[in-house]
Amino acid sequence: MASTFSAAAIQIIKSTRSPDKPLFDPLKSTSTSSPFLGSTHKLRLNSLAKPIPSLSHRRPSFSVVAVSDVVKEKKPKSTTSISNLLITKDEGLELYEDMILGRAFEDMCAQMYYRGKMFGFVHLYNGQEAVSTGFIKLLKKEDCVVSTYRDHVHALSKGVPARAVMSELFGKTTGCCRGQGGSMHMFSGEHNVLGGFAFIGEGIPVATGAAFTSKYRREVLKEADCDHVTLAFFGDGTSNNGQFFECLNMAALWKLPIVFVVENNLWAIGMSHLRATSDPEIWKKGPAFGMPGVHVDGMDVLKVREVAKEAVDRARRGEGPTLVECETYRFRGHSLADPDELRDPNEKAHYATRDPISALKRYMFDNNLANEAELKAIEKKIDEVVEEAVEFADSSPHPSRTQLLENVFADPRGFGIGPDGKYRCEDPKFTQGTAHV
Amino acid sequence: MWRIARQKLGAGGFPVLILEQSLQRMQQPAVSALRCYSSATKEMTVRDALNSALDEEMSADPRVFLMGEEVGEYQGAYKISKGLLEKYGPDRVVDTPITEAGFAGIGVGAAYYGLRPVVEFMTFNFSMQAIDHIINSAAKSNYMSAGQINVPIVFRGPNGAAAGVGAQHSQCFAAWYGACPGLKVLAPYSSEDARGLLKAAIRDPDPVVFLENELLYGESFPISAEVLDSSFCLPIGKAKVEREGKDVTITTFSRMVGYAIEAAEILAKEGISAEVINLRSIRPLDRATINASVRKTSRLVTVEEGFPQHGIGAEICASVIEESFMYLDAPVERIAGADVPMPYAANLERMAVPQVEDIVRAAKRVCYRSVPMAATA
Repeated sequence: MASTFSAAAIQIIKSTRSPDKPLFDPLKSTSTSSPFLGSTHKLRLNSLAKPIPSLSHRRPSFSVVAVSDVVKEKKPKSTTSISNLLITKDEGLELYEDMILGRAFEDMCAQMYYRGKMFGFVHLYNGQEAVSTGFIKLLKKEDCVVSTYRDHVHALSKGVPARAVMSELFGKTTGCCRGQGGSMHMFSGEHNVLGGFAFIGEGIPVATGAAFTSKYRREVLKEADCDHVTLAFFGDGTSNNGQFFECLNMAALWKLPIVFVVENNLWAIGMSHLRATSDPEIWKKGPAFGMPGVHVDGMDVLKVREVAKEAVDRARRGEGPTLVECETYRFRGHSLADPDELRDPNEKAHYATRDPISALKRYMFDNNLANEAELKAIEKKIDEVVEEAVEFADSSPHPSRTQLLENVFADPRGFGIGPDGKYRCEDPKFTQGTAHV
Repeated sequence: MWRIARQKLGAGGFPVLILEQSLQRMQQPAVSALRCYSSATKEMTVRDALNSALDEEMSADPRVFLMGEEVGEYQGAYKISKGLLEKYGPDRVVDTPITEAGFAGIGVGAAYYGLRPVVEFMTFNFSMQAIDHIINSAAKSNYMSAGQINVPIVFRGPNGAAAGVGAQHSQCFAAWYGACPGLKVLAPYSSEDARGLLKAAIRDPDPVVFLENELLYGESFPISAEVLDSSFCLPIGKAKVEREGKDVTITTFSRMVGYAIEAAEILAKEGISAEVINLRSIRPLDRATINASVRKTSRLVTVEEGFPQHGIGAEICASVIEESFMYLDAPVERIAGADVPMPYAANLERMAVPQVEDIVRAAKRVCYRSVPMAATA
């Protein structure tokens, strides 16, 4: 297993308590041991580069590994040789386009929200694009994504058209859920987006169930080619919720093809991650359940992509789940209704300099993967896509009155299926005015 | 806690043991309901009815699998899944850790993505820990996704007042789940109900909450050849008139059907002809059958074990008042569980759930017969 991740950064975690390493060391405070940047008390600019201290002596035969700062060592050398690059030109442009789409779409959402075109809670993804793009662009159409209330960009990365997402946000009948889902509930049967979930932790078991299905289809239904992988996205706040632990356990126990992707943006609304979590290094919870835990810079799409590749391939090979903690930051408040007063302006300013889109742009320029004109062309194209999405949404019709009562059941009127396999409501003898759905 | 108690009692004998204790403690009167079926050829327990329905549906569709605590090696806490592990293997009879929120959600996710899970709650009381997935993830997804993601899942397990287990392990969830659009809620009484409704639930493309009753598992009911056929299934949303009558309508479900039939027998001796309606389906509710019966009898008594406020009886009353008000000759009587958490003491517990004599008295009141002062337990 160790070889599946870059060897340079692998640390073997010994999970049992040893006499020379007490379980709890009162002298070692969280803020000194944590590699996180997001403390409101103390901003440490270079802590990402600081390796996590090895917890114990090495035991190479131990099968569970934890990996941290995986790809740092893989930073491209200053050479023009293509073989040393992390991406090809085409891949780079695809990633850039997806991240620009995510950013431009969300900025437009903010405008439309303030103009009263969309309503309720709208949670924007600005700043976190490297995670969605880094992971989802590796997936096949059959692979599943299960998201949270911050789900627009996950849906876009998975291929749901921008106009369908925008229209959904406008509450129009042309939306990806005909206006019945809304901002926090993006579904797409075609693209296997199995929902945005509005409650903390709710999506994790559902994602685990989708992964269970892939395994079931392969092993019970004998669909040998079913190697579908599920990604479960959730935040740092969710990693303190019981459903997270329940599902880490079952996913590892049953070796399910799933990747648990923590988008650790350091803040659960106004609750600092460091103030909410006893051990803020979430990736460490993977090895505790017998799966690899990986910590990656979530502001760098190439690092995320490297880690994602390993984890997704591992799941596809049937080797079980991986927990990936992407350390990222949201550039806006929790939702558009959040005054965002608790986060330190210095912290925000620091992360603004680490914008994942600028970072990719720099990488592509430095390595002659793209020139200014090519990237500008992508930005222009995306602007048009988003503009078109707004026009489409704005000119689309509102749902008709009859739609109110549709889709409550898959079964048209809720009376079930007869022995002949047909809906009973279609039998004229059965329905005589009893449908109250 | 109950689970610990079960561990101490050891494997195998526990559910039967509890059931027998229950029968003794509750002076279970539903047994006598059987007497009205005289010419039965074959009998089957509710437990076997559920087991055979599961078995047949798993055999018919490889996408159907059973998941829950103790469903596999232990053969089910109440032996409902007996023999299924042996027959279908651990991939399809999945023993889960004690994680209601986790495995209920996993079931929902599997249903989203093409399987047809049957999720067993050891009792429905534990579904409280998973209610988020039943309601938010299962019931609402078809609507929120505008029909793109349907959720063919069954949540099943024993529901309702048990015996001597105190407030947290003894309550009826019919009204709770019955209030949620997107769910279908079924409550079988007899073996025929259990077989026909469970098979219907598993074949259904939508989420079904299937409320069994622990005290009925061991009861035997006569069963016809038609019901034993593997193609048999009952319609969701249709009530069954268990006993025809002309003076008063008694609507009820699950274990209380037995009580109502017994009450009807007593009433018959006093010249009151009671019609007993077994609801079978709490949601959709068969308003047509209920209203047709009330229009015939002009009197209504509703019976349920659950709490009175916003209960099934309340909903039925509202429906009858909306649709058949002018036919009523007397105020409606609602019999329900006492409006208190279930007490532990056996005498208090008996008073907290409806008894046959409560139903008899209520029926007499709506028929304006004199009723002697209630003799309390």
